[in-house]
Amino acid sequence: MSQIGSSLKPKRPFAWSGLVPVVYIILLMIPLYWLLNTSFKTNQEILGAFTLWPQNFTWDNYLTIFTEPVWRAGYINSITYVVLNTLISLVVALPAAYAFSRYNFLGDKHLFFWLLTNRMAPSAVFVLPFFQLYSSVGLIDTHIAVAIAHTLFNLPLAVWILEGFMSGVPREVDETAYIDGYSFPKFFVRIFMPLIKSGIGVAAFFCFMFSWVELLIARTLTITEAKPISAVLTRTVTGEGVDWGLIAAAGILTIIPGALVIYFVRNYIAKGFALGRV
Amino acid sequence: MNKSWNNKAWWMVVPVVLLVAFSAIIPLMTVVNYAFQDTFGNNEFYWVGVEWFEDLMQSDRFFDALQRNILFSCIILAIEVPLGILIALSLPKSGWKVNVYLVLMALPLLIPWNVVGTIWQVFSRTDIGLLGNALVSLGFDYNYTRDVLDAWITIVAMDVWHWTSLVVLLSYSGLVAIPDAYFQAARIDGASKWSTFRYIQFPKMRGVLTIAILLRFMDSFKIYTEPMVLTGGGPGNSTTFMSIDLVKMAIGQFDLGPAAAMSLVYFMIILLICYAFFTVVTNMDKADTKTGSES
Amino acid sequence: MAKIVLENLAHAYGDNPQQESDYALKRINYVWNDGEACALLGPSGCGKTTLLNIISGLLEPSEGRVYFDDTDVTHVPTKDKNIAQVFQFPVVYDTMTVAENLAFPLVNRGFNQAKIKPRVEEILDLLSLRHMANAKAKGLTADQKQKISLGRGLVRQDVNAVLFDEPLTVIDPLMKWELRSQLRALQQKVGQTMIYVTHDQIEALTFADRIAVMLDGAILQFGTPRELFERPSHTFVGYFIGSPGMNFFPCEIKDHRATVVGQNMELKESYGEPIGKLELGIRPEFVSLHEQASQAEGLPVVVESVEHLGRNKIVRLLAGESKFSALLSEHTDIPKHPMAHFDADRICIYQDSFILDGEA
Repeated sequence: MSQIGSSLKPKRPFAWSGLVPVVYIILLMIPLYWLLNTSFKTNQEILGAFTLWPQNFTWDNYLTIFTEPVWRAGYINSITYVVLNTLISLVVALPAAYAFSRYNFLGDKHLFFWLLTNRMAPSAVFVLPFFQLYSSVGLIDTHIAVAIAHTLFNLPLAVWILEGFMSGVPREVDETAYIDGYSFPKFFVRIFMPLIKSGIGVAAFFCFMFSWVELLIARTLTITEAKPISAVLTRTVTGEGVDWGLIAAAGILTIIPGALVIYFVRNYIAKGFALGRV
Repeated sequence: MNKSWNNKAWWMVVPVVLLVAFSAIIPLMTVVNYAFQDTFGNNEFYWVGVEWFEDLMQSDRFFDALQRNILFSCIILAIEVPLGILIALSLPKSGWKVNVYLVLMALPLLIPWNVVGTIWQVFSRTDIGLLGNALVSLGFDYNYTRDVLDAWITIVAMDVWHWTSLVVLLSYSGLVAIPDAYFQAARIDGASKWSTFRYIQFPKMRGVLTIAILLRFMDSFKIYTEPMVLTGGGPGNSTTFMSIDLVKMAIGQFDLGPAAAMSLVYFMIILLICYAFFTVVTNMDKADTKTGSES
Repeated sequence: MAKIVLENLAHAYGDNPQQESDYALKRINYVWNDGEACALLGPSGCGKTTLLNIISGLLEPSEGRVYFDDTDVTHVPTKDKNIAQVFQFPVVYDTMTVAENLAFPLVNRGFNQAKIKPRVEEILDLLSLRHMANAKAKGLTADQKQKISLGRGLVRQDVNAVLFDEPLTVIDPLMKWELRSQLRALQQKVGQTMIYVTHDQIEALTFADRIAVMLDGAILQFGTPRELFERPSHTFVGYFIGSPGMNFFPCEIKDHRATVVGQNMELKESYGEPIGKLELGIRPEFVSLHEQASQAEGLPVVVESVEHLGRNKIVRLLAGESKFSALLSEHTDIPKHPMAHFDADRICIYQDSFILDGEA
């Protein structure tokens, strides 16, 4: 009932607290700026002089990346398995989350907890076993292998997030739909999913995030065909020493997809978090 | 939510179980297998019981790495949690600025972890880095590749840079959910800013903070890529965390038995600490919600 | 405790209010007496919460002044205004016990324990919360929490007024009834100036000595329940108060005579020849039905439906194109060929929705 607008806060002197986020963001951006800076320099300039912005501005580093198939392939590989993982995680997590949200069944609490423990598993523990497992089913160096491997920690997270959002939808909605004659799949797709779409957004965001940034498992399971971009980066140590400019440019390019994703979900970040699990 | 009892719900859960079982149980079985066996080579294994575990318990290398992990996790939790809360408190409740701030703050979270390491390499090296150069020109004898303390400070700084935003985002979501009426009542009751935080905001943030602390603890305890790229575990092994050591053992040295034993112990430690923390928090919640006339 | 004076108070949420409709609160001039129980009654969006927040200091008005006794408190910050407010949403400090909750406002103002303890106990007794003084506030029911909110308001002895913003909204119906009576009893016992905002006329009528009926940011009428009932100064007040509300008929007026649906009626007073939109208002309670033959003057009506309420019944009637209702006792029979008769003493005439005063 309270419709209180901006005049709710009494006029007060300059709020120093308004500076805090600005300062924090500036501090966050400095190393990123430095990477950007380095990416536009030649290696001679990087190692030779110390300059705050490029004296000899060059696009060479980026050109190398765009023209060499290895780099291009790296990006496509990364995006491929991340998208695959997100899709698989969501598709599998949705029914499971619904079950946890609506029903009690034998062992449900234990199952939920077991799922969460997988999020706690150190990747290092799985490096060798994964390698052996996927080798034995002939899935080494495929996108699907990484996608499935990443579900180890993304599925629990997706189920957990989705269950939270689903619990916010009252059962009466389900029951009304059944009375109205909807079959379960129709109800789920037509009615239920639109109601939790910010939850799906949040879950998708986290799946994307944790899969995109993960290196150890992705690198272990791939050799050349499905090599993610982050692994290609580590190969730039050549005989002549480290090619910093190239590395910097590649780094910048791996940040861009993440930035784009955030930009597209920007309206949901605050909303989704607020409505969600907690 | 009134849940009904229905064992048929298992059908909905089967795909998840299968996938996770494939990804988790099978590999774990392998690990357990190796943990209790040794090899002559050529894929011939024989049972050695708990020998690897005994070795592990006497291994200085293991306990050193464990100590490093505990120290690291404590340090970053002590920095990132208060810092994250502080920043979240300073964010406006709504408006266009919030979107801009949140988007920019989320950026470090979406950078592949080895790129994070690279960024900090490029940033902290004394030859090509802004930070490295600046510190040296200010007179500090800074070199993270040679000095243990410098390496630790750099890694901590890197982690804070990388992950504080997660705490901020989670804390902010908890804060934003508090209805206005609470703040209005606090103003009317004459509460100071600190009181408002202590009695309204902090209690209401308990849920999100638990998640934030659990996530940060888990991930910091498992940390591998960022320090690996930045320092490679050095100088010496001063920044060799448990994951780094484990991967070295398993893939580098191919010591399957010890690696497997360590894997299990490592996993157990995380599980126990998380479980303990979670239980403590849940009990605190229960104690608060107990109604009752206790006069 | 204080007298509250509103002088030329108006408020617009935007920056450059150009016309009437930009204002959430239109010019208000009112005085609320010390120790009075008042209600602000009106539908959603009528400005009652805005007005309440201006009085409590949570909102600063864009125009006009607010006085407590003779002090201008328009721009005084909330903390110093010595106002207590109970919100729609029960606010308690979860981590504290009930007693600590009540002590909180005093603690913040620097009182020492010796003064705080007896005062808290007094309020605990007043609200019958003694038995849960040491219980954690978190697990309590909504009505108990609202009582604690109220207690936090009453615990301060220098409180000028206690404001209620639809406090019974989240309380379940059974407790609503009880809490309403308790609030009324409390107000009379403590003698504190209290202002109660609600959209529920029963709450307002039960609680208040005087009620301000609001619509679209203006106070239409400020009077006792009886005044609002017998002589609503605006058609909205007539419609909003009473169950069912007042009946209105478009009419023509000439001196002592009103013509409604083609029928002439004698009025108690003379109204000359007014222009504009004219309406005749009569409450269902003052409409009686008679058999067509028995009374010469009356409005022929058709009975559409009857709703039985136990002691009374509402008879829905149709005269020409106008629908209206009569409230009759359950024992009264409905005539076969009914004619409606309006009690001339109770007829009110409205010009452009505002009441018109006639001459005797």
